[in-house]
Amino acid sequence: MGTWLDETLTWGNALIFFLWGVILLAIVLGFVTYAIYFERKVIGWMQLRIGPNRVGPLGLLQTVADILKLLIKEDTIPRKADRMLFILAPALAYVPAFAVLAVIPYTQDLYFADINVGLLYYVALSGISTIAIVIGGWSSNNKYALLGGMRSAAQMISYEVPLVISVVGVVMMTGSLNLRIIGEQQGNWFWEWNFLPQIIGFVVFIIAAVSELNRTPFDLPEAESELVAGYHVEYSGFRFAFFMLTEYVYVYAIAALTTVLFLGGWHAPAPFLDFVPGIIWFLLKFSCIVFFLFWLRATMPRIRVDQLMGFGWKVLLPLAILNVFITALYLELFIKG
Amino acid sequence: MEKYINNYVIVAIFIVLGILLPVVALTVGRMLRPNKPNEEKKTTYESGNEPVGEGQVRFNVRYYLFALMFVIFDIETVFLYPWAVAYNQLGLFVLVEMAIFVSLLLIGLIYAWKKKVLTWNSI
Repeated sequence: MGTWLDETLTWGNALIFFLWGVILLAIVLGFVTYAIYFERKVIGWMQLRIGPNRVGPLGLLQTVADILKLLIKEDTIPRKADRMLFILAPALAYVPAFAVLAVIPYTQDLYFADINVGLLYYVALSGISTIAIVIGGWSSNNKYALLGGMRSAAQMISYEVPLVISVVGVVMMTGSLNLRIIGEQQGNWFWEWNFLPQIIGFVVFIIAAVSELNRTPFDLPEAESELVAGYHVEYSGFRFAFFMLTEYVYVYAIAALTTVLFLGGWHAPAPFLDFVPGIIWFLLKFSCIVFFLFWLRATMPRIRVDQLMGFGWKVLLPLAILNVFITALYLELFIKG
Repeated sequence: MEKYINNYVIVAIFIVLGILLPVVALTVGRMLRPNKPNEEKKTTYESGNEPVGEGQVRFNVRYYLFALMFVIFDIETVFLYPWAVAYNQLGLFVLVEMAIFVSLLLIGLIYAWKKKVLTWNSI
């Protein structure tokens, strides 16, 4: 990617960039398909069930079959719904989910956009999905959807604040918002990666990220037992599929972002393991985080709505701010000197 | 300069791809899926009962208060980001300045806390 970035922009180069984008899109769609399969399988095993095993060998084609089924389902829009917003919401949720992937680097040489405000771009765009969820909930003209949408908005904006502040510590240690530089500057030993020096930030970031993803134990917007399905109650067919797709694309994005910010990106855990290519290390760490998210879902019960907001504002936010000042004092006393 | 433009071209391409996928998928879907609407299908879902009243009901004002607090703290992050990037080149003075700024906002948070904005006692 680096060589094309230095050349003058021509139609040919733009086409190459576009094809790279299409390749990433295909990879992400493949990831989503098999992440859903893997999630069902892993949770099945954890609960002593078998999980999907009927469609294709080992059930590998289960999700493909599900997607095809969604594609040929009739698309119903309720009479009372606000038609234009109802159609707009799933697309609006999906666009930022894919657009944030532009700034994520995979190795030293394999990255897409190498922009200096990478982290800010990620944070800014991922916030747009909240609006899409509110629009989806509101335009359905359904009580469950409205409550789910409002809850979701309240939850996502409440946890966005600690999420955004928890990475400030990493930015201070690196002195850059460029994700490639943040990944590159982490050391060769695993204790030099950001997750140990920034342990408070890391913990806050993980908790807030799970909440931003609306996953268990923070899946209140979709609380099946009380809100049926939350904001997408009225959605059917492929419009519903786009909300699901958004959720899993964000799983991909958050797992990749955590890897780059805190887990050393493409660095090997020890210098003598350097012979293994960086992309393998990246994928290993990435898979561990994805597995961790699925593991949480099989383990944790959903937290109560009154505990949710209190936890975000009274615990995570002060901790995130504390982390910023601890980092600032540390840099002031020991590094700047 | 070329690098700068190229990077933003990639960002634009990603956004275009993000818009293209829903448009293409939903257009292809329209050719594949059946379309037999009737009145019953188009009613609002309410657990199988006849829908009662309006769907867009009035909801708790607390959501608005959370949105208000979000705006305040999001502005804090807008100031924190450039400060964090430049921190290593700046002196002790900026640390004190930021501490004053953040403590002002924290006083606001404590005020909201004491006023029980953060306690959730109904839906």
